[in-house]
Amino acid sequence: MHEWALAEAIIYTVTEIAEREKFKEVTRVDVKVGELQQVDLETIKFALTQLRRGKLEKTEFRIEPIKAKLKCRICEHVWNFDKNKLEEEVAEAIHFVPEVAHSFIKCPSCGAQDFEFVEGRRMYIESVSGVK
Amino acid sequence: MQDPRIKVIEHRLSKVNNIIAVSSGKGGVGKSVIASLLALLLAKKGYRVGLMDLDFTSPSTHLILGAKGLFPQEKEGIVPPTFENIKFMSIVYFSKDKALSLRGQDFSDSFIEILAITKWDKLDYLILDMPPGINDATLDVIRYIKKVKFIIVTTSSILSLSTAKKLIDALNILNIEIIGVIENMKSEQTHTIMEKLDGAKTKFLGEIPFDPKLERCFGKPQMILTTKVSRELEKIVDKILT
Repeated sequence: MHEWALAEAIIYTVTEIAEREKFKEVTRVDVKVGELQQVDLETIKFALTQLRRGKLEKTEFRIEPIKAKLKCRICEHVWNFDKNKLEEEVAEAIHFVPEVAHSFIKCPSCGAQDFEFVEGRRMYIESVSGVK
Repeated sequence: MQDPRIKVIEHRLSKVNNIIAVSSGKGGVGKSVIASLLALLLAKKGYRVGLMDLDFTSPSTHLILGAKGLFPQEKEGIVPPTFENIKFMSIVYFSKDKALSLRGQDFSDSFIEILAITKWDKLDYLILDMPPGINDATLDVIRYIKKVKFIIVTTSSILSLSTAKKLIDALNILNIEIIGVIENMKSEQTHTIMEKLDGAKTKFLGEIPFDPKLERCFGKPQMILTTKVSRELEKIVDKILT
């Protein structure tokens, strides 16, 4: 599953942060996941519990989805991403590489494909807490 | 806020021994043909080879190779499909070969995403087909792929050479290894391009003649390997390998 690759990315990054911050153990990690990527949150949580080792053995991972918003660079119209309006094959392509949305999604107001992801594009680690 | 994808890239590429970016200052110098053929020749010699098309807005290696109907396998990430003994990754799997217009940050995000989720496994060579110029792709490759080395393709035209020289200068300033320069599509007896490159700090690898028959071989990888272009590039490959 693609989610495992993203979970691995979180584990590698948190492990590095824990070393840098000299944490003996990491207690909590807050992760935000953009809706555009359509990541299965349960799968990513499960993958994290399977992959964690050492200082991350008892870490609580809090994963919060962020609604995806797009803004047209031509007419400035802002709209919400709606997976249900996409064909399954297109939704899957955007799941792997969200930027290919530029091949399939148009501004509902003017039809342009020159838009930006205002929020909810990517996954990021918001905070890492631990015991020193 | 930290992007977790960055850290995982070095792990994804840890089993890849050599990463070669085939680049140029200008478009239209045959860079994608050289990159595709380089991958085919290395695979023919028995090396484990990957090819990644980084020209996201104008990908063409799938057309040169005739790689159709492929899609990566989803297995704790994505595993590139194997075609002609080459592990082949291209944005066309996801863009479905439709027009894809990307601004700088969008290019970087899709580049990082693909590197973060692609599982190459063990490779002797990973060939990167670069878009032309010193742009987001070049800067991101340098930033995120520390062991990358460049091959620069140019024609003898001053329009191509002048930009190749700028690319060489930019890479030298950043201390990025340049394997050398290939003169492509040579159509007449001209001075060696190294003279025209005016003392640029790099090696001249060789020249490849213009072959009008090459076009009809696109999409037929085994036929491409029988062309004069392939024979000349093989001499260059042998030089690089020794």
